[in-house]
Amino acid sequence: MTAKAFTRPLMYLILALLSILFLIPVYVVIVTSLKPLDEVTLAKMWALPTHIDFSSYAEAFSKLAPNFWNSVYLVIPATILSAFLGSLNGYVLSKWRFKGADWIFTAVLFGMFIPYQSILIPLIRFLSHIGLYNTIPGLILVHVVYGIPITTLMFRNFYASIPMEMIESAQIDGAGIFKIYRHIMIPLSLLGLVVVGIWQFTNIWNEFLFAVTITTTDQHPIMVALQNLSGSQIVQWNVQMAGAIIAALPTLLVYIFLGKFFVRGMLAGSVKG
Amino acid sequence: MKRKWLMAFTALILTFSLALLGCNSDSKTGGKSGGKNGKGTKLEIFSWWTGAGEEDGLKAILADFKKKHPDINVVNAAVAGGAGTNAKAVLANRMQAGDPPSTFQVHGGAELNDGWVAAGKMEPLDDLYDKEGWRDKFPKDLIDLVSKDGKIYSVPVDIHRGNVIFYNKKIFEENGLQPPKTFDDFKAVADKLLKKGITPLALGDKEPWAATMVFEDILLGKLGPDDYRGLWTGKVGFDDPRVKDAAETFKSWIPYFNKDHSSRNWQDAAQLVGEGKAAMNIMGDWAKGYFTNDLKLKTNVDFGWTTTPNTSDDFMVITDTFGLPKGIDNPDQVKTFLSYLGSTEAQDIFNPLKGSIPARVDADPSKYDEYGKQTMEDFKTAHITPSLAHGSAAPEGFLTKVNNAMNIFVTQQNVDNFINTLVSASSDLK
Amino acid sequence: MTLQPETKTHPTIKPKTKKRLSKDRWLAFLFILPSIILIAIFVYGFIAWTGYVSLSNWNSLVPDLSFVGLKNYLFLFHDFRFQADLRNTLFFTILFILCVLILGLFLAVLLDRKIRGESVFRNIFLFPMALSFIVTGVVWQWILNPSTGVNLILHKLGLKPMWYTSVSVIPGVEWGKIQFGIPVAIIAVVIAAVWQMTGFSLAMYLAGLRAIPEELREAARIDGANEFQVFTKVIFPQLMPITVSVIIIMAHISLKIFDLIYAMTGPGANFVTDVPGVYMYETTFRGNFYGNGAAIAIIMLLFVAIFIVPYLISSRKGGES
Repeated sequence: MTAKAFTRPLMYLILALLSILFLIPVYVVIVTSLKPLDEVTLAKMWALPTHIDFSSYAEAFSKLAPNFWNSVYLVIPATILSAFLGSLNGYVLSKWRFKGADWIFTAVLFGMFIPYQSILIPLIRFLSHIGLYNTIPGLILVHVVYGIPITTLMFRNFYASIPMEMIESAQIDGAGIFKIYRHIMIPLSLLGLVVVGIWQFTNIWNEFLFAVTITTTDQHPIMVALQNLSGSQIVQWNVQMAGAIIAALPTLLVYIFLGKFFVRGMLAGSVKG
Repeated sequence: MKRKWLMAFTALILTFSLALLGCNSDSKTGGKSGGKNGKGTKLEIFSWWTGAGEEDGLKAILADFKKKHPDINVVNAAVAGGAGTNAKAVLANRMQAGDPPSTFQVHGGAELNDGWVAAGKMEPLDDLYDKEGWRDKFPKDLIDLVSKDGKIYSVPVDIHRGNVIFYNKKIFEENGLQPPKTFDDFKAVADKLLKKGITPLALGDKEPWAATMVFEDILLGKLGPDDYRGLWTGKVGFDDPRVKDAAETFKSWIPYFNKDHSSRNWQDAAQLVGEGKAAMNIMGDWAKGYFTNDLKLKTNVDFGWTTTPNTSDDFMVITDTFGLPKGIDNPDQVKTFLSYLGSTEAQDIFNPLKGSIPARVDADPSKYDEYGKQTMEDFKTAHITPSLAHGSAAPEGFLTKVNNAMNIFVTQQNVDNFINTLVSASSDLK
Repeated sequence: MTLQPETKTHPTIKPKTKKRLSKDRWLAFLFILPSIILIAIFVYGFIAWTGYVSLSNWNSLVPDLSFVGLKNYLFLFHDFRFQADLRNTLFFTILFILCVLILGLFLAVLLDRKIRGESVFRNIFLFPMALSFIVTGVVWQWILNPSTGVNLILHKLGLKPMWYTSVSVIPGVEWGKIQFGIPVAIIAVVIAAVWQMTGFSLAMYLAGLRAIPEELREAARIDGANEFQVFTKVIFPQLMPITVSVIIIMAHISLKIFDLIYAMTGPGANFVTDVPGVYMYETTFRGNFYGNGAAIAIIMLLFVAIFIVPYLISSRKGGES
């Protein structure tokens, strides 16, 4: 009993300390981004701003705004398209399994783990060939294609929880593959769509390698623009930190409001299917 | 029957998705550099001029050109990123894909000649030079730098000098120092500063070309202009004892660098000199633009300049040029633009803003600051040598290897390893 | 690819429905055909293409696809930079996985103890997962910059770590062209990566812990096991499959890491923080060494495949049973 009385406060203490450690970057980023330029000095780095100043946000946003919108134009169609494809595939692979379907599924899944460097050289040539190099639609295509494995996996696992009996009784009632998909699967897919949508949204928003190699300045999504903004002491640190917050905001908001689904997607993408 | 179904369905899905993508391209990006469509109607100027002064210069000439040719749709396709490395990667992709920009920035020398000209991607511009009467308006050495096998391939716009030491005047005055002229001077000055606890030489080699620049200036000082040029033609080998001497000298300078050189880029290093935290900085004279535009320092008041040791009669040249790629839809518009770029008018708008000097010898010196005027004088008489670090002396592949070797050398300080790498890499040179 | 729809159907289905069912099976295959074709081209076709480039002489601006055998691979294995990359990847992967596993498990065990405010704590450890490696890199680059950031505090304690600017390798045994050991600079990157990814193992372990029935623990306690023994003898073995999953997921992230290092440190002096992903990017798209770049990419793919292929095959079997 005494041990327990001692360990519980200790547990809270440890958790609190670790939380503080984890929040240090957040503190630094927020504090720095709110400082006026003359307070962004080494000596005062850890101090709170004397007054709150949003000018670094204005400057960062003026630099990042076009790229921010590029990311928006990229992420919305790419998320919708890849969720649609994933749902179709998941439907077939969970409810209409044919011989060899498991092998095909495994082969598709492998695409999720490859280092994208190993397809980058042909990919760029291919995109150039079809006129989509350095375009947002080109990036959309890339994210849709390389999103197929993960969205398929997520929907397949999700649909697996829909009992086969429902499908079979619909079949007895004479419903075909389309009808079942439209009238049974889609209405039941809402949760799956949210999870997959959030996952793809976060991943595509945060992606960097395709973004930096397939697009150039005007078409760069926000992460590349943020990287270009940083890494030098010429651009003031408050602006860089404000830029980091702007770039992180959409996915952070998604996490804050829909965190449960985000974590579900995270687990769905890894737990054995 | 079944197969037909299958084909039809696949075709449907594919067209559907492509149509969707197509819609996006039109509505969202407004067809901006959207692949091949509509390329013929615009004149795309591809460069990496996105820094403070250079972007102003580019915008100024583009605006002036638009005023003169309102019918031509000029598009500024500048790509940001350290010393043009990002832009060069993009350019390579587009050229390989047969989608060249209308005209693009390329350093005179190997980058142009051994790169795009050798690949058969450029049109010669001899007729343009004859028409505009340019053959005696640019120095002969410079025209040679943009020529291959007797044909001219690009129009130089600006000239930068690579063998310059910028120094903090206040530090030099307070310590009673004179700008060094020789290697011995340099050592004496640097040792004195080191004793006072001042960083003698600011370096920012996060991108290793900055260290390569220091090394090439030492090479030039040790070999002299003729033998320095000989390194790139194969007349002088990298196993020459003077190359080793240059490497030893570089090694002896390493203690003079700021300790955090590997986490700084060139601007961060120049900033050290501007702020009085370091005494000297070896950099191309775009650093002058950085001092005056970004740090608001006064030329010859806050900072002074001199050439790197033993190179006062030499001019390590970095020249930005523009050429005419093959396979574009509007070569006539490009030629119109190139004629404009080669005019004194355009060069005198662009260069004062960028902080460079004009490539033409008949430009108007009154438009330039003190540094510019002196450099224009030097440019007329000095021996012009190509810079390695900026791709003028040797192909990009060799430079990449040297940059990698440099990154190792700065840390390990092993002269023999460094020289061995240079010797084996030089087998790539003709 | 042969298409053999499964023949076993529901016994009560009428013949007419049966006919439509077999048509539906064809349609089902057509549904996923576009995805299969896309994956076949964009994954397998492109990998084969990259493999071909890696055996070619294309090391300049102009594509030259003449066959040169393993020249590009031989070059890499004698290359200082690539040797350093292999060393860095090895130690980055080990340190990163160890830290993520230990910290994640530790936090999960704590949070599983019916902690008040559990969701607050959990979210603090999880939110970095929603960030991009670029954001993480940009922020930690500043925090761990030796002349700014956390060193301002550490200086007062008399510590002056060089973080990612350090060039030391511990212990630094000569091996090939490089010094073998843990590059100190990589530790800074590990810190940033662990900060971002611990949430993943935490969430996995927490889900795993919650799935362990309380009876199992009770039974062990009744058998006289103390809390520590309950953990090591009962709970931890139950978590083994999760540990394996986390190791594999983290390993594949770590083996192909690019953006974090690109944003935070770059290759570093003496290539102490360089990794194959960064080398591939720079040598291909900046140096125009396409053959070498393709060879690096193929080697990266092989490393990942060593981890992933057995995992995929075993989970396929697991899924069937």
